[in-house]
Amino acid sequence: MIYVKFFASVRERVGVGEISLLMPEGGVTVEEVLSLAEDETGVLLQDAHLLAAVNLQHVPFSGVVHDGDEVAFFPPVTGG
Amino acid sequence: MIIKVQQEDFEPMAEMAAYPVDAIAGAGGSVTFTGTVRDYSEAADILAMEIEHYPGMTERELERISAEAARRYDILDSLIVHRYGHLAPQDNIVMVAVWSRHRAAAFDACRFLIDLLKTSAPFWKKEVTLAGARWVTDCPGCRAGGREGHTHAPYTHYSHTQLK
Repeated sequence: MIYVKFFASVRERVGVGEISLLMPEGGVTVEEVLSLAEDETGVLLQDAHLLAAVNLQHVPFSGVVHDGDEVAFFPPVTGG
Repeated sequence: MIIKVQQEDFEPMAEMAAYPVDAIAGAGGSVTFTGTVRDYSEAADILAMEIEHYPGMTERELERISAEAARRYDILDSLIVHRYGHLAPQDNIVMVAVWSRHRAAAFDACRFLIDLLKTSAPFWKKEVTLAGARWVTDCPGCRAGGREGHTHAPYTHYSHTQLK
């Protein structure tokens, strides 16, 4: 399984904070997890500003996702 | 380093006074930055601020940037406190404190930490105004007039210049 979390405006658009996806054969990238999450939720999330993390670390969308990983999608951070 | 991510308010001077003395033995001074909730935005007067964060990743990012500051600057130790949840105008949001033998490293490291925190720590602000609530989307780095240029996050699909 891949555990997907959404935060802030992305979470509000999706309507839930997290979903889980079946791990496809042959491995996936963050970009592909995003497409799977869009299919699962029916919400288009592609956005030039969208950011991603895998297992609590910032990653590029080309990053590789493994079975059991936690993948998060969120807008640019605005803390401080 | 000490990292605190909490809902409750904090008192910057009390946080510094309570810092473990062994960690900052030999300090010749300290520099602290405290960020508070503004009572205005470009759109409207702000009634309140909601801060969301990513538990687990937030602490990890703050530890990462604190370790990076310790590598880059000749400092003794650093403290970051960041709140989340419901805040009112003028409430404390964040504090960064740095202790060092000499002042330059403390000033530089404090600036480094607050600047990097704003583009890497997973916090999101939502402003509550009379017209409703809205997520803050403006770039803190741009607003601060980032001194050496800045990125909008560690990784984005497109660079800052391409977004213009």
